Amino acid sequence: MTGLRYVYAVCRPFDAPLQAQLTGVGGAPVKMLAHHGLVAVVSSVPEGDFAEAPLREHLEDLDWLGATARAHQQVVDALTAVTTPLPLRLATVFRDDSGVRVMIESGEEAFRRTLDRLDGRVEWGVKVYIEGGEEPAEAAPAAKPVSGRDYLRQRRNRAQEREDRWRAAERFATRLHGTLAAHAEDSRLHAPQNSALTRGSGHNVLNAAYLVPRAHSEEFVELVDHTKDEEPGMRVELTGPWAAYSFVDPEGRGAGEAAGTGGTGDTSGEAE
Amino acid sequence: MTTASRLPDPYGQGGGANLADILERVLDKGIVIAGDIRINLLDIELLTIKLRLIVASVDKAKEMGIDWWESDPSLSSGARRDELARENAELRERLARLEQLELGRTREEEAP
Repeated sequence: MTGLRYVYAVCRPFDAPLQAQLTGVGGAPVKMLAHHGLVAVVSSVPEGDFAEAPLREHLEDLDWLGATARAHQQVVDALTAVTTPLPLRLATVFRDDSGVRVMIESGEEAFRRTLDRLDGRVEWGVKVYIEGGEEPAEAAPAAKPVSGRDYLRQRRNRAQEREDRWRAAERFATRLHGTLAAHAEDSRLHAPQNSALTRGSGHNVLNAAYLVPRAHSEEFVELVDHTKDEEPGMRVELTGPWAAYSFVDPEGRGAGEAAGTGGTGDTSGEAE
Repeated sequence: MTTASRLPDPYGQGGGANLADILERVLDKGIVIAGDIRINLLDIELLTIKLRLIVASVDKAKEMGIDWWESDPSLSSGARRDELARENAELRERLARLEQLELGRTREEEAP
């Protein structure tokens, strides 16, 4: 294997066969690099694409970034089907195998701790959207205002309608998050997506991730399904199962919300 | 270990996940390890990516009839002008009415 080493994930050794023909970034075959009782899942990537300068340039290219992100996710997905991988951030690249081994050694303890914590768990993503036109009152223009006061009243009514819709959405999202968090081991609230250009319509008001034991996933999915028609004008979207991307850090990065379950016993020391 | 248990279809293989979902995770979540090739992904923060997504897809989005940003003051200078003009008109109207009120009151006071 020549070229640089792109690392997708770290996991424990596993016996189950990966899907045949699994390829990674750039279509290169994926390989397991075992070291110190852990496995780094790697593939070879060309220097021409992944050395510092070309990589920086590529990352500005949405098509390249999209394809690379999908390839990365495809490998992590395949691993998630057979084991519990710790997904690494996109474009974690080393010069050679020995660089990867050094990385495993220096992170060994944290990897084990995190693998123990996440073993047998997957992440489910749940998003809530306000359905329909953003501005219903403007879509169907009201009668022409006959006076300034009339104009202002119409304007106020529109603002009121909008506010009511947002309030209702917020109440629904808060309630749903409460229910789902109670059925999950942990949860994270992510920033709502700018949904105007992603698939579907509506405004994203809740973007959350839930850590759920694999064995309980079916119930969790059913739970989400039940909520789907609960509230008119709201759309609930479920994605997953993902590798536990959002939970590799025990406390959640940045302004992470407090962990839902009081499992903070062994969080001394950082995961990185 | 229960890792071999079947997961409910149709959600396998990141079903239902769009590119934004994937980018959100692979760029913003996951374990951060400094590799030999040092790239600070924070340089191209997710926000930037999203803006790029929008910019790159403007034509496509217009084809699909999505043009919300044209009326969003923070994204379109045209919309900002409209918004300002509307506000301006509204303020003038209020001012005129207040002046009238004031005028009426003054007259009442002046009246013996």
